Amino acid sequence: MAEQKSNILHMEHVTMQFGGVVAVNGLSLDVNEGEIVALIGPNGAGKTTAFNCVTGIYEPTYGKVDFLGETILSNMPKGKMTKAYAGDVEPTLLPITKNTPDVITKKGIARTFQNIRLFGQLTVFDNVLIAKHMRAKQNVISATLRFNHAEEARMRAETMALLEEQDLAHLKDEIATSLPYGLQRRLEIARALATEPKLLLLDEPAAGMNPQETQELTDFIKKIRDSYHLSIFMIEHHMDLVMQISDRIYVLDFGKLIANGTPDEIQNNQRVIDAYLGVSDDAEN
Amino acid sequence: MKKAIVSKNKLYTLIALLVVIGLLAFLQVNSAEYSYPISILERSAIYAVVAVSMNLLTGFTGLFSLGQAGFMAIGAYTVAILTIPVDNRPSVYYVNGISPVIENLHCPFWMALIIAGLLAAAVAALIGIPVLRLKSDYLAIATLGFSEIIRAILAAPQLDRITNGSYGLKNIPGFPNLFAAFGLCALCIGLMVLLINSSYGRAFKALREDEIAAQAMGLNLFHYKELAFVISSFFTGVGGGLLAMFMRSIEARTFSISLTYDILLIVVLGGIGSVTGSVLGAFLVTAGREWLRFFDNPLTIGGVQIPLFRSGFRMVIFSILLMVVVLFYRRGIMGSNEFSWDGLGRLLKSIPARLSGKYKSKKGENA
Amino acid sequence: MSLTTFLQQCLTGISLGGAYALIAIGYTLVYGILRLINFAHGDIFMMAGYFMIFAMASLPWFIAVPLVLLVTVLLGVSIERVAYRPLRTAPRMSVMISAIGVSYLLQNLATYLFTALPKGYPEIPFLKKIFQIGGLSASFVTFLTPVLTLIIVYVLIVLINKTKIGMAMRAVSKDYDTAALMGIKINRVITFTFAVGSLLAAVGSVLYFTDRMTVFPFSGSLPGLKCFVAAVFGGIGSIPGAVIGGFILGLGETALVALGYSTFSDAFTFVLLIIILLIKPTGLFGEKTTDKV
Repeated sequence: MAEQKSNILHMEHVTMQFGGVVAVNGLSLDVNEGEIVALIGPNGAGKTTAFNCVTGIYEPTYGKVDFLGETILSNMPKGKMTKAYAGDVEPTLLPITKNTPDVITKKGIARTFQNIRLFGQLTVFDNVLIAKHMRAKQNVISATLRFNHAEEARMRAETMALLEEQDLAHLKDEIATSLPYGLQRRLEIARALATEPKLLLLDEPAAGMNPQETQELTDFIKKIRDSYHLSIFMIEHHMDLVMQISDRIYVLDFGKLIANGTPDEIQNNQRVIDAYLGVSDDAEN
Repeated sequence: MKKAIVSKNKLYTLIALLVVIGLLAFLQVNSAEYSYPISILERSAIYAVVAVSMNLLTGFTGLFSLGQAGFMAIGAYTVAILTIPVDNRPSVYYVNGISPVIENLHCPFWMALIIAGLLAAAVAALIGIPVLRLKSDYLAIATLGFSEIIRAILAAPQLDRITNGSYGLKNIPGFPNLFAAFGLCALCIGLMVLLINSSYGRAFKALREDEIAAQAMGLNLFHYKELAFVISSFFTGVGGGLLAMFMRSIEARTFSISLTYDILLIVVLGGIGSVTGSVLGAFLVTAGREWLRFFDNPLTIGGVQIPLFRSGFRMVIFSILLMVVVLFYRRGIMGSNEFSWDGLGRLLKSIPARLSGKYKSKKGENA
Repeated sequence: MSLTTFLQQCLTGISLGGAYALIAIGYTLVYGILRLINFAHGDIFMMAGYFMIFAMASLPWFIAVPLVLLVTVLLGVSIERVAYRPLRTAPRMSVMISAIGVSYLLQNLATYLFTALPKGYPEIPFLKKIFQIGGLSASFVTFLTPVLTLIIVYVLIVLINKTKIGMAMRAVSKDYDTAALMGIKINRVITFTFAVGSLLAAVGSVLYFTDRMTVFPFSGSLPGLKCFVAAVFGGIGSIPGAVIGGFILGLGETALVALGYSTFSDAFTFVLLIIILLIKPTGLFGEKTTDKV
């Protein structure tokens, strides 16, 4: 209960069902202040779906998500789903709270995407600058007539500063898709940071990277956690990276949480090993 | 060094502006003599406004809307109803009579244009609520549908005493002078350019590039789509109002789907995502259409009548042109680039090289 | 309104709906496979009307009709060949603009070749024969249209579910790329789809214009849009959906005309479109798809 104070993200019985398929089944987890928490599991375990439930892209079928103590999403199976619901957790009555992804971003959750989603035809600078738009004090008329020049100048200065910190300043006029893959990932993280988040969700940040790049990324994630006072929640397949930097790890298999704990605990957990090696259920007994 | 280049470009712009003003002054003084070219230029400028507003949606926000004709109709009818001189109204509405609501409603043309834009924007805001939730091609067909609904309503017999039904509205006062006509068009386009280059314009582009990522940047999809749609419709409505002032008389048939297609042709030809392309496209298409007029007249060479040349041939050539652009020059004239003096300089410099290059290669072939 | 008038109107509505259904199937098939609104489909239907006028000028109907069907199919297939195939990998907006361009071209071409004035549609005597059932009187074509529509739909459903080319069509509409990897000749399937769509449009055109009696260059554009709406209403990609959408549209429109709101009968279609897209965006029988993030 001591954790309660510094809780950043709290997911409770989050269940996401598509038709008859339960992609995420009663997932409960916590991310606390300053922590790096990893969500791992075999392909198709429902990790990205869980992220999409947190960021409001999907409306979870059942369960709730709290951010900084405030409920940002909660739902009950309804309509056709009341009968078709196949989650493990029996739904108990919850007030329904809905938020669109942009509202959740404003509240302070930023994310990157598994298959990089940059604003492809825009410059590196504009990619980051767009993230500053939502917090700027302006409206469409003041912006068009340039009454907002002080605000615009501030946004540009902050963008430049961020690009410099991230070592991307020399590329600011490049078109985003022209960057090499690794830099595109870095740019996506920079863009997420520009939304001034308190929690950063990284979806496979090391995908497609070689061991050296992965090592650099490890240091980089720690660095941004410290300098931007972030909590980080990430999906990752590179076990070296996960084991090195995670404070805690949650393991998902077929939508269900099968283990959680420190890297050491997870490494020695038989169920996790089975899930990754594909041992059948009866062999367990 | 760099500063010098910037001021040089400013100088070019200034000179170009002065040339345009000088030309307008010349045409204004000799307006009786040059009425035909003036009418082509005015129509081009008005189409440029509508084309840029369509580009704001299609090219910059990534929303493929085909409702332009409907919003132009709203703008045109508003301007017509508000500016036809009160004294002339009985003669305009002599068949159906005039509704007492609008009988004495009159205001200066600039105010009528603003009201025209606002009305079109208000209708767009309402239509946008259901329509903007749709994906690309459904959006196109739904906006096209709404445009037809608007036209059906304007032509409906129930509104005869306001819209004058199939008789249309006549005696609309024209532009006081050329500067007003071109100044208003330039003002509209200028405002849209300012918007496109503002923080909001960037937000629109983000939406065009990737909706999911734009949401993750805190942009509410519906809010920004609606904003782009409403602003675009405002300028389309003003464009329709300008067209009414230009044509002096309007009827519902003017605003059929083919008007939207004409604007689409301009946008595609100029380059989707380029404001200067749309402006250039508007002048080329409008002037080209006039120039192609000879295709519509029977042509006799040496006593033999060429069979192809008769009424309608011009439009066939026109639509073939559209197909050629779509199939072979998908980027149009400007692609998504904008005009700049540096770009023009590069183009001019490259021409001799290109010509000589061609010449050389031909020579090479001969040898 | 007496019962007879009511039944009479119903008959008219069902007949109109049958013709709409045939055109709507063309939209639904093409959209199902290429994800493209074939804006030119309505104009293919219009061109079929003109072909009929010329064929009937010198030929008996039993030769003219098959000839018209054949020429229309050729037109549809060549449009796909020239205007859509080169854009297979282009952004969707380009293909849509190309489709609009073809529609524009066909309308202008028709205006140029046949003038903008409506031309009389030839009568096929037995189709125009008036039948009397109780108090109802209608021409043979009014009865024939819905029956023929249902027969054609049945044949089409069998074709799609039981034949090899039908299976290929279903595969391509489910997953274009995978179907190509499985060795399905995509272009052949698409050509076949356009051929079927144009064939049905030609049949629809004979039934529709026999009732309307005139053809003009824009007589395809509004029915075309309406039939697309019918296809969306029924759920794009679903043949029974397109048929039901067509009938609902035909009945609704006839009802509005009968009640004296004929100015709004065209607007009705689009109101229907908005309502269905708001309530059930996938249409009555459409399948739900989710975008992958």
